[in-house]
Amino acid sequence: MGKTYKEESPNTLSEDLLEADPALPATAVNEAREAEDAKWTPAKIGLWVAIALLGGVAWFMLAIVRGETVNAIWFVFASVCTYLIGYRFYSKVIERYITKPDDRRATPAEYKADGKDYVRTDRNVLFGHHFAAIAGAGPLVGPVIAAQMGYLPGTIWIIIGVVLAGAVQDYLVLFFSMRRGGRSLGQMAREELGVIGGTAALVATLLIMVIIVAILALVVVNALGESPWGVFSVGMTIPIALFMGVYLRFIRPGKVLEVSIIGFVLLMAAIIGGGAVAGTEWGAAFFHLDKVTIAWGLIVYGFIAAILPVWLLLAPRDYLSTFMKIGVIVMLALAIIVVRPEITVPAFSEFASRDNGPVFSGALFPFLFVTIACGALSGFHALIASGTTPKLIEKERQTRLIGYGGMLMESFVAIMALVAAISIDRGLYFAMNSPAALTGGTVETAATWVNSLGLSGVNLTPDFLTQTAANVGEESIVSRTGGAPTLAVGLAHIMQQFIGGTSMMAFWYHFAIMFEALFILTAVDAGTRVARFMLQDSIGNFVPKFKEASWRPGAWLCTAVMVGAWGAVLLMGVTDPLGGINTLFPLFGIANQLLAAIALAVCMAIAAKRGSFKYIWIVAAPLAFAAVVTITASFHKIFSPVPAVGYFANNAAFSKALEDGKTSFGTAKTVTAMEAVVRNTTVQGWLSVIFVTLSIVVIVTAVLATVKAFRNAASGTRNKDHEDQASASRVYAPAGLIPTPSERALMAEWNNLPADKRLEKSGHH
Amino acid sequence: MNGVKAGFRGFAQYLGALVGADAYRKYLEHHVASGHDGPILSERDFWRDRTDRQDNNPQGRCC
Repeated sequence: MGKTYKEESPNTLSEDLLEADPALPATAVNEAREAEDAKWTPAKIGLWVAIALLGGVAWFMLAIVRGETVNAIWFVFASVCTYLIGYRFYSKVIERYITKPDDRRATPAEYKADGKDYVRTDRNVLFGHHFAAIAGAGPLVGPVIAAQMGYLPGTIWIIIGVVLAGAVQDYLVLFFSMRRGGRSLGQMAREELGVIGGTAALVATLLIMVIIVAILALVVVNALGESPWGVFSVGMTIPIALFMGVYLRFIRPGKVLEVSIIGFVLLMAAIIGGGAVAGTEWGAAFFHLDKVTIAWGLIVYGFIAAILPVWLLLAPRDYLSTFMKIGVIVMLALAIIVVRPEITVPAFSEFASRDNGPVFSGALFPFLFVTIACGALSGFHALIASGTTPKLIEKERQTRLIGYGGMLMESFVAIMALVAAISIDRGLYFAMNSPAALTGGTVETAATWVNSLGLSGVNLTPDFLTQTAANVGEESIVSRTGGAPTLAVGLAHIMQQFIGGTSMMAFWYHFAIMFEALFILTAVDAGTRVARFMLQDSIGNFVPKFKEASWRPGAWLCTAVMVGAWGAVLLMGVTDPLGGINTLFPLFGIANQLLAAIALAVCMAIAAKRGSFKYIWIVAAPLAFAAVVTITASFHKIFSPVPAVGYFANNAAFSKALEDGKTSFGTAKTVTAMEAVVRNTTVQGWLSVIFVTLSIVVIVTAVLATVKAFRNAASGTRNKDHEDQASASRVYAPAGLIPTPSERALMAEWNNLPADKRLEKSGHH
Repeated sequence: MNGVKAGFRGFAQYLGALVGADAYRKYLEHHVASGHDGPILSERDFWRDRTDRQDNNPQGRCC
């Protein structure tokens, strides 16, 4: 069979291999009957017209009507209606012209079934599983920071971006990885782009993971600094997870739901207990830690967590994190729909047309599009969509629901985070999100500074800042940057109107901080592990011993290298005299979007090799956008003469000040601080240079591969494809959330089949 | 009342499946269906094996 593989056209080959077992019902719905189902009836037309109208009205209210306020419910309608239309129409275009799934073909979960890693999983369960794996703290942080520009730019990018770019990337990577037995993005890049493109993609991925882990850790440090309550309750998650791990390993193995409920109750007790502990004198003193101490604690924690066995810490915390995630998101959605807060933030703020905003610097284009990465277009998802999920898919056509649909859900989370952040007072927003170098760190200086910005409708008083801090159980909320505390205040603000009133605000605030910290700690731990394996694998090419995952010295050394790398960036952010988040967050976004560009580039090359030339724009358009945005942003960061934007410009300004013998410059008040700025900007600048170079290499190799595929097609040479060999499926399951009538009919046939005929014969040829 | 009970049970089952609480049941099903002749792992051993394999095969969590 293998010999004739390359010469024959793909169609005849597949037809031979996909000959169905005559003893079984069909493994795919009959296309003619399916088309009959899809016919437009007056009721269906009415429904979609209504959805389109409601969405249109909602967009009109958000974008055109300029009243004093806008109700948050319009955000819900605008996003949900757009998602529905994107899912129903655009993702079907992608399905028809690019992915072309074939349900007669077995998925890896069927032909590689082993009962462990490759297991057919119900589509609705897998949808939730995939969503929980892709959605973390990212969509909760980016939109909050981007709210500096007003609500509209972020809203448009999140909703339109996901439909045309983010969900497309997730869907394509998931599908192509599934066709390759669940191969990783790195492996696909090497196969499709060759050694140079593949190596560049691998190195870029590794560096990007370091940046992403470091900045997520920075968000936690900023949320917990000088917060005894937060430090206590988040710290308690470690013993709780250890207890759950031991319980599952030795006491009652496999009782996941049971132990998760116990863990959840303990978690709530830790939040409530945190308030009591922080209220005592010794508690306030003992758990009052500065940011540098917490950063060091996190680095030590990160190393230990990544070398401990998975069952002890990672797996149990993953369970807690998943339940918290789904619970919080459902709760937030309900609260926004029930409370329907009025939003007073303008559609475009005073900073939308400037490049010197205090929360993040840089002009709307391109920096808004890198500040909001997760929720609109997130390259990191490509690593998930080419990891566990493709090994669990039951039928090929379900990839649209799971890949495209799952990403739409994440986008909705981002929209809700945006709504929560803009429902708080605008003055408060800027007092919380601007670095201490600007606000001065006290309520008086912060209020004076915010009022001096000249923002319309903002009149901040020191009392209001003190009162809000007291309400949420913090000593101070001035310059609590990083997005997480702002989201927590917003969530507490909305939730207290829903349940509990002002007296519950402190609980809701710390509940929000807790769940964000939980996601992030899991991401830090898992990210370090994945990065360590990538490093071990790469070194293993030169020193084979390193490829042995169980070789302790190698594993520990590589873990230490990875933790050291993100720890250095984290410390740099924590001690940065310029503020940390506002200088580093763009780097996070750029890294994430460059990974997206790499993933889309690989998908474009694959789509071209499969002959989808006419519709290649479906992949090429988001790729071009991601490439332009990130390369422009990188060039700004590297070449901009404005010190607030360009890393090297800032570096030069501070170096010159030092040479001139100045002892304070800008927001750096000492010579040590000035030297720190020089050091930090050098590292950040060179990281930008490396990222953008690697990404350009990957994109160029992908374009070359695409052009070559075109030429081959024109000259009649068959493009080599790297898909696993097709084999006939022996199972059936519907594609979407709700089965169509013809899918129901086919399911009934399968259900009537005697059990002994349904035996799996796969995986063990 | 029974409907509420069934609904609640279905919801709990969904949540459980979401985090892979039914992994052992699915392993047993696969073992029977594929006609393995090797020994079946006990529930305790199966879960040990599952988390231990994750040690050498980590999966990223997203941001």
